[in-house]
Amino acid sequence: MADNPFAYAPAPESRDIATVHSAYGLFIDGKWAEAADGGVITTVNPATEEVLAEVAAAGEADVDRAVRAARAAYDTVWGPMPGAERAKYLYRIARIIAERSRELAVLESLDNGKPIRESRDVDIPLVAQWFFYYAGWADKLPYAGFGPDPKPLGVAGQVIPWNFPLLMLAWKIAPALACGNTVVLKPAETTPLTALLFAEICAQAELPPGVVNIVTGAGDTGAALVAHDGVDKVAFTGSTEVGRQIARTLAGTRKSLTLELGGKAANVVFDDAPLDQAVEGIVNGIFFNQGQVCCAGARLLVQESVAGELLGRLRARMATLRLGDPLDKNTDVGAINSAAQLAKIRELSDAGEREGAERWSPPCDLPERGYWFPPTVFTGVSQSHRIAQEEIFGPVLSVLTFRTPDEAVTKANNTPYGLSAGVWTEKGSRILWMAERLRAGVVWANTFNKFDPASPFGGFKESGYGREGGRHGLEAYLDV
Amino acid sequence: MTTVPTAARGPNLAAATTSPEALAAFLRGLPGVDEVGAAERAARLATRSIKTTAKAYALDLAISMVDLTTLEGADTPGKVRALSGKAVHPDPSDPSAPSVAAVCVYSDRVADAVAVVRGTGVKVASVATAFPSGRAPLAAKLADTRAAVEAGADEIDMVIDRGAFLSGDIGTVYDEITAVKEACGAAHLKVILETGELATYDNVRRASWLAMLAGADFIKTSTGKVSPAATPPVTLVMLEAVRDFFAATGRRIGVKPAGGIRTAKDAVRYLVLVNETAGPDWLTPDLFRLGASSVLNDLLMQRRKLSDGRYSGPDYFTLD
Repeated sequence: MADNPFAYAPAPESRDIATVHSAYGLFIDGKWAEAADGGVITTVNPATEEVLAEVAAAGEADVDRAVRAARAAYDTVWGPMPGAERAKYLYRIARIIAERSRELAVLESLDNGKPIRESRDVDIPLVAQWFFYYAGWADKLPYAGFGPDPKPLGVAGQVIPWNFPLLMLAWKIAPALACGNTVVLKPAETTPLTALLFAEICAQAELPPGVVNIVTGAGDTGAALVAHDGVDKVAFTGSTEVGRQIARTLAGTRKSLTLELGGKAANVVFDDAPLDQAVEGIVNGIFFNQGQVCCAGARLLVQESVAGELLGRLRARMATLRLGDPLDKNTDVGAINSAAQLAKIRELSDAGEREGAERWSPPCDLPERGYWFPPTVFTGVSQSHRIAQEEIFGPVLSVLTFRTPDEAVTKANNTPYGLSAGVWTEKGSRILWMAERLRAGVVWANTFNKFDPASPFGGFKESGYGREGGRHGLEAYLDV
Repeated sequence: MTTVPTAARGPNLAAATTSPEALAAFLRGLPGVDEVGAAERAARLATRSIKTTAKAYALDLAISMVDLTTLEGADTPGKVRALSGKAVHPDPSDPSAPSVAAVCVYSDRVADAVAVVRGTGVKVASVATAFPSGRAPLAAKLADTRAAVEAGADEIDMVIDRGAFLSGDIGTVYDEITAVKEACGAAHLKVILETGELATYDNVRRASWLAMLAGADFIKTSTGKVSPAATPPVTLVMLEAVRDFFAATGRRIGVKPAGGIRTAKDAVRYLVLVNETAGPDWLTPDLFRLGASSVLNDLLMQRRKLSDGRYSGPDYFTLD
């Protein structure tokens, strides 16, 4: 785009909107504390590799203290509190999130690498909506369809991923608190900062101490949390591999478990689809959040008769994607969250090339520092390729073709995962026909990657079990 | 860089215009437009943040694309002369401000405009064909067109027969456009679809192709007399149509949103739509126009704010 005189000048959001402290402690029982053994981890800005902050790494002793604090708060304050009173706190938190949304958006983009356009227009507004939505349920649980007086489970241990740090926190904490549980939450190792700012917001909302506890750290902190005897409920969002470990740990215990794991969603485009909007949906499906989305539309299944035309339009559209500084308001594609994730994306992409698929990216300058991967599309992919089977969790689209609706269903379902799917056609009856047959928790019709707090979300097969969002999402935090 | 898709399965355009039935079938065969998706795409592009050097470039470009318009029953020769003067020198206190693209008037006022803008590079556009309703016999529409061209109009803004289009009488619409095109001679033809009356984006896409196949040099959203007039999603659909038509034929058709564009911010958002849909090749007054009048002063005000660092009051800009 260098020869275009209408080149957009840099339009950076001010970094100073968010305060980044040099060090953060653990948020336990309403107070900040260092780890008992003094352990720390560092979190970096993935767009620059600059160290943002040192964060306490909670050990078993810290996790134990947090679970005890949560138990005490459950027994003495939060459990006995009427739903209408709990709702007041949740509404207050929701309002503070909305008020401090710019600050949260900047901090999220700094720590995660996602474009400010997404953190500002998608992540943070949804976070506030989630709290508003579940605040409304807190005093209406007898009418949720789980009996006249459904009880909370107790203390919830929650472990969340780095792709939507604050949004995944909201998906976990809002329904848990609405139902009367207290929580100990472990944010991802690489993206703890917005969870820690959320702890400040809880204090600002005067939430009783111990109701929300945030313990930061790496995988062993999470393992200690889910294994702790004092936890009644475990909720995890992340990789299928870690989900399996957690399920093993919990087997034979009284703890209930919900898992939201990986995916390899099919985005199915029929020959009568609205092609320009389908192209937008494909782009939103796989390049939203650099493809680091469990429900990403990573496999494009396009009807052979329109494949050439659709791919021509898709390539032209990809050439307009703007990759770069996540804080620039015109950036469409930001940084990959970590060096480890970048290595995984590279490894699978190289495998795709070796297996004979044709790789294409638009001309695109990658910044020298930081973790970057260009938007990439593979054509000539067949079901037996690794890039058609394994979750890449990056901005890499695998294109396969089909000839008939039956073949589309067969190929779309031919995966161990089953989190989401998309269908693009102008024919309403075909949308319903497909939705009945696709084994996926969410089927989007003529759109993709749309989230709403009133809509349940969750997986089939190896994508996990339990639902988050909507009335269904209450069940995961009630003793029913 | 070009953003033109390589249509692997190009439509058979020669066959499309062999009969009204073939044309109707061709238009129905165009890919549909999902209304929600189109609106969403336009809204997302509206969040582009155009600052500093890009803003300065965009403001001047937008000024140079304005079709400065007066289309009132009360238009007098004096009013048209004043507007034409403004078209040539939009900001008398700043000679670096570009002229607008054209003055747009009724056909009987063309001579008044020509007298002022002759030799300045500013074009004279005339609405014709029983603007704005288009409800007149074809002979009257052609006479209207010829009168405007004889009076010196460089460009003709015609309206399509929306009644015929909506009733499925595609052949009539096509024949009228080709007849007007012929009557235009060397003058450029802008075809007004009146998208507010076509109602659906599918219709907007079909009417865009119909006009382009019939020989339009420009496709234009609206007369400004019907609400809604130009909207970003409608303009997006039309920009997609000219992009696809270029891929199929190698011929670039212009786009003109008209009506309802009041602020500099709106104008810049339209330029972003052009830039990211049809592509930067369309960022020229030859291929993109803004049909408006009040937007010009806001563009000038923003332009002066960029150079002076502060806003002037509206009294520092001429009202013509």
